[in-house]
Amino acid sequence: MRSVLLRAGVILAAVVYCAALDAATLRFSSQGDITTIDPHANNEGFTTSYLDNIYEALVFRGKRMEVEPGLAVSWNRTSPTTMRFKLRPNVKFHDGTPFTADDVVFSVQRALADTSNYKPYLTGVKEARKVDDLTVDVITDGPAPVLVPQLTRIHIMSKAWCTKHNVTKPQDYKNKEETYAVRNANGTGPYILKSRQEDVRTVAVKNSNWWGKLDGNVDEMVYVPIKSDATRLAALISGEIDFVLDPPPQDIPRLKQDPKLKVVEGLENRTIFFGMDQARNELLYSNVKGKNPFKDKRVREAMQLALDLKAIQKQVLRGLGIPTAVMFAPQVDGYPKDLDHPKPPDRARAKKLIAEAGYPNGFEVTLDCPNNRYVADEKICVAAAAMWAQIGVTVKVNAMPRAIWGPKTQNRDTSMYMLGWGVPTFDSQYVLQSLMRTYIPNTADGDYNLGGYSNPQADALIDKQKTEVDPKKRAEIAYEVSKIHMQDFGHIPLHFQMIPWAMRSNVSVVHRADNFLTVKWVKVN
Amino acid sequence: MIVMLVVGFIAFSLFNFVGDPVSLMLPPEATQADRDAMRQLLGLDRPFYVQFVTFLENALHGNFGISLRLGRPVSALIAERLPATLELALTATIFALAVGIPVGVYTALRRDSWVSRAMLTTSLIGVSLPNFLIGIFLILIFAVWLGLLPSFGRGDTTQLGFWSTGLLTKSGLKALLLPAITLGFYPVTLVMRLVRAEMLEVLRTDYIKFARARGLSSRAVNFGHALKNTLIPVITVIGLQVGAIIAFAIITETVFQWPGMGLLFIQAVQFADIPVMAAYLCLIGFIFVIINLVVDLLYYLVDPRLRVERMAAAGALR
Repeated sequence: MRSVLLRAGVILAAVVYCAALDAATLRFSSQGDITTIDPHANNEGFTTSYLDNIYEALVFRGKRMEVEPGLAVSWNRTSPTTMRFKLRPNVKFHDGTPFTADDVVFSVQRALADTSNYKPYLTGVKEARKVDDLTVDVITDGPAPVLVPQLTRIHIMSKAWCTKHNVTKPQDYKNKEETYAVRNANGTGPYILKSRQEDVRTVAVKNSNWWGKLDGNVDEMVYVPIKSDATRLAALISGEIDFVLDPPPQDIPRLKQDPKLKVVEGLENRTIFFGMDQARNELLYSNVKGKNPFKDKRVREAMQLALDLKAIQKQVLRGLGIPTAVMFAPQVDGYPKDLDHPKPPDRARAKKLIAEAGYPNGFEVTLDCPNNRYVADEKICVAAAAMWAQIGVTVKVNAMPRAIWGPKTQNRDTSMYMLGWGVPTFDSQYVLQSLMRTYIPNTADGDYNLGGYSNPQADALIDKQKTEVDPKKRAEIAYEVSKIHMQDFGHIPLHFQMIPWAMRSNVSVVHRADNFLTVKWVKVN
Repeated sequence: MIVMLVVGFIAFSLFNFVGDPVSLMLPPEATQADRDAMRQLLGLDRPFYVQFVTFLENALHGNFGISLRLGRPVSALIAERLPATLELALTATIFALAVGIPVGVYTALRRDSWVSRAMLTTSLIGVSLPNFLIGIFLILIFAVWLGLLPSFGRGDTTQLGFWSTGLLTKSGLKALLLPAITLGFYPVTLVMRLVRAEMLEVLRTDYIKFARARGLSSRAVNFGHALKNTLIPVITVIGLQVGAIIAFAIITETVFQWPGMGLLFIQAVQFADIPVMAAYLCLIGFIFVIINLVVDLLYYLVDPRLRVERMAAAGALR
């Protein structure tokens, strides 16, 4: 017997939509629940991706991740600090009120509120101004070349609805009360939130008044979080759910063999790499006293030469990654294709370089590594440590959960660390500025350049890119900086991470590099 | 009271080691300034003892704050989850008694039959197999292979006032079976072995021999006399086990995605959701204190000897 849920879904579908025979329910699952329904409160990847089916942004991502019109039909720059958006006419919120410029002005203001977690996507934005009912100017304090892609993550809420329910600001956690928007939604999107039971089930149904046309046939989406990996897969195999967003990598080969299931793999736009503290005069976690081996470029080069990326890809990742020599993935604008040729390992040369740098007997260092953040993260660290041991460098792997690894490395309390960098804007500036620019506290400059890599030549180029609006010139800068960074061995790039999705074989989806499941594109046969 | 304070304090001091919720609430691209602002907003920048005193103050008013993971009041979340856990724990306990006592009696009476030996061997497995493994086996057999029972969740629930129950719907009952068996497996073996050992002990006593000599039927002897005397320690142990069942439901609830307090807690740990963790640990502490109290009182009620002693003591005082 298949689950009662499925039957109920089928009966419901049959009763309600007798005309549309192919209407279907999609039951999908991942490890954790949506954390809130408020689209500006908790900037967590899965939460944002779920809400993207209910709320919409001015700008969308298309099936190949290209930027395309959403609630805005067109945009153009009217001055260096002003971007003018023409809004889509005849769009209605789920409660029937029309969508206008006031809602955009309000939503930008709400996303900029001090309790909002979405401010990073509005860097440089000062405000939005209404021009007429269907025209809005977004004012920035500089040329803001990545404004448009950033706006794909800012969902538009109804001003009237928020005012009515007293949720004109995202939830304040200091306040002891939950706000209305935490469990209720009123978007413009293709799906309408119907019911919400935390950690149990969240149901949304098709918005028959949606302005667009569905590419799929899902008229009801049921999200059920299942924390235990084994149970989640059991539910998929037994047919209680149709789709799993995060199947554990070690089970992928087995899932592929099951004829009832299929696995869709796609490249995430995330680069996994190691970083080394090259700023301090003495490493915090090493047996070398009085000097810092990573300050020597030869040591950094040796560390890279010791690694066999193909072996890691094959043995540890089981194919869920593509080795790389650069710091950003092919989907990112400005990806330096010519530079992306990972070097084969050369341990003899690595040993020689280490000896030349003054460490003929090697040295010891601790590597801070997450164990629940990236695909096979801890295993990669352990494998790399074994490779470094072959050139005489003893690397102690300090593996820890995300909630501890995150703050430790972000406080720069580390000598060596693993990090994965995803690019929500799909623009190179996001990589260059955060990872390769010299660190300036309390700015976005080098905020994740945790090892303190610094090259004035690169800095000058990156600063130039911040205000450059010509895509071609931006790509040229990305290329130049990547080259400098590569010659400096600023980081040790490992691979682009692949993300597998598992589903029943009758489900077809469009895989997205940002790990968003876009239900309007899903077909269930 | 002191126990509760200590539990609260230990729980609270542990939170310094679970990690920083802010790093999970904000995206990697957040700046240090964003993170500091968030920390200040949550009151995490204040010294430990200030946070603890504030927590105690609020807890006394029944206010445990807002869950950092779900953005809802912790007290509301716990009130929603408590019925699920209690229903599961209760069913598991009933299962433990309903299976454990008869099997225990049987194995005591027919010590040498192969059925008894088989049962005892099985009970060894029950004692030594970890809970989650039993759960996964059951899922594999009943959900994946046979497709008879759901592998996760609680099925459809009915709302009776503030209490949401899964006992009134077919899907709710079906969903309850596997988790209850998983959770009850260990107590079953415990009860069975305890009943067996006590039975063997009691059967050797003089009054049983005397009862038999009086020509009473073996049924009256075994159940009327022997079993009744066996139950006193069983009640004590089961009482204490109920607390353990509620507390250890964490693992079963995680395996079956059972929306109870244990699942809430484990997710809170992963997210470093301090308000939920604090409230949960205090509640479990409270439940244990209450259960111990009730068991002490029950013991006094069931065992006549205690009453006699007390009367004697009272008499001596007089």
